[in-house]
Amino acid sequence: MKPATIRFDDSTVRYPDSDRDAVGGVSFEVGGGELVVLLGPSGCGKSTLLRTVNRLVPLRCGRVLVDGVDVAQLDPVELRRGIGYVIQAIGLFANMTVAANVGVVPSLLGWSPGEITARVDELLRLVDLDPTEYRTRRPSALSGGEAQRIGVARAIAARPRALLMDEPFGAVDVVVRTALQRELVRIVAELRTTTLFVTHDVDEAFRLADRIVVMRDGRVEQAGEPFELFERPATPYVRELVHAGDDVYRRYFARGRELVRAR
Amino acid sequence: MSYLVSHPGRVAALAGGHLELVAVALAVALIFALPLGIVAARRPRLAPWVLGTLGAVYTIPSLALLAVLVQLFGLGFTPILVALAVYAQFMLARNVVAGIAGVDPAQVDAAHGLGMSPAQVLLRVEFPQALPVLIGGMRVAVIAMIAIATLGGYVGGVGLGVLIFNGLTLHQPQMIVAGSAVACALAVALDAALRLAERLVR
Ligand SMILES: Nc1ncnc2c1ncn2[C@@H]1O[C@H](COP(=O)(O)OP(=O)(O)OP(=O)(O)O)[C@@H](O)[C@H]1O
Ligand SMILES: [Mg+2]
Repeated sequence: MKPATIRFDDSTVRYPDSDRDAVGGVSFEVGGGELVVLLGPSGCGKSTLLRTVNRLVPLRCGRVLVDGVDVAQLDPVELRRGIGYVIQAIGLFANMTVAANVGVVPSLLGWSPGEITARVDELLRLVDLDPTEYRTRRPSALSGGEAQRIGVARAIAARPRALLMDEPFGAVDVVVRTALQRELVRIVAELRTTTLFVTHDVDEAFRLADRIVVMRDGRVEQAGEPFELFERPATPYVRELVHAGDDVYRRYFARGRELVRAR
Repeated sequence: MSYLVSHPGRVAALAGGHLELVAVALAVALIFALPLGIVAARRPRLAPWVLGTLGAVYTIPSLALLAVLVQLFGLGFTPILVALAVYAQFMLARNVVAGIAGVDPAQVDAAHGLGMSPAQVLLRVEFPQALPVLIGGMRVAVIAMIAIATLGGYVGGVGLGVLIFNGLTLHQPQMIVAGSAVACALAVALDAALRLAERLVR
């Protein structure tokens, strides 16, 4: 499917029984095929904003537009089937095999069993898992890294027009995380799926992002390319966030995705 | 046991009636307990009220409940059937709630996020994983139901209770022993069968 554009237009969320906005008046756009990272501290509203795109969280005011259409106008179930979704806790269905997990959206969309099987094998290979070995496994028999690979495969199975990823690699060790990040860059580059990626890990953001949106207290602090954030932080907060830690490493990634791809 | 040896056909027929009574009551009970449990699981504020009410009903002495039901339905199969179905509600509904509440929230979030309709989330993700817990509730319920179903011999002339009550009136202890022993055997057998089912769906 053609990669979607996602536009936030004064998007505001307030949870019931709360007296402040979890997300307050956020506006920015994710271009078709772009990988945008939402970066910010715990509780700043990253997940909330992400979940407004597939309508898991309703807006209080403002709009979210996917391909120019206000998601509030769309049937949520249909909308979600066209948008991949990956979460830190993965949430592989424990009552299904790996193949059934990966094939779940195609099956919801009414693909034929033959098409689903072929697609599942293709995806398992894409995420570097041997189909004959993993197809019939249960999620309980997977390592954290394997499970998250399956989680990614499940999200992209039906060739979604956009991909939402909420700290997908937060629960795996550094080595696996790096491998998964590299794989993701490869997969997203291959599929050119528009991706919104949430993390609070600055290095991860710099490693993956075409553009980074720094959030704080439910608002956008700065949005720009990694290099821009690095060279011209808009606020003291961004400066501190970006320059705390391993500067050299980030400068390297801030030079552009080409360098990452070349690795 | 001598009665069992001398009248195997009659004991088998009554055991069959006993089983049928419990099976029908379990089916009827599930027709009510499943939607009740699902609604309660969806509304955490409602759940304590639903389960509390069913729990209170569960504590009504079975003879008292049967007396009321006989007033309503007359003697026969119906009052004991209703009594069993009513008693089973608590354990069944409670385990439906516990089973659904026990499903990993991340799986439910993923299910919604990937585009399952609410009914699909229930049928494809939540219910299959709640099923072993529900069957666990059925095991407990069935044992209680087999015991309570002996009262069917008194109010309806059905089941192994017939032997027990006739044995009491006729002063025939072997009949009482035979009825009780076969009821126990039924309970053990059904429990084993359900335990197997529980393991198979896990
Ligand atoms: N279901 C909810 N009901 C009420 N408040 C919520 C709910 N979910 C999140 N919040 C609140 O909204 C704010 C933003 O939460 P959110 O989960 O979006 O943050 P986050 O940036 O994703 O944080 P983290 O990095 O810890 O995941 C927080 O103050 C949080 O307490
Ligand atoms: Mg979050």
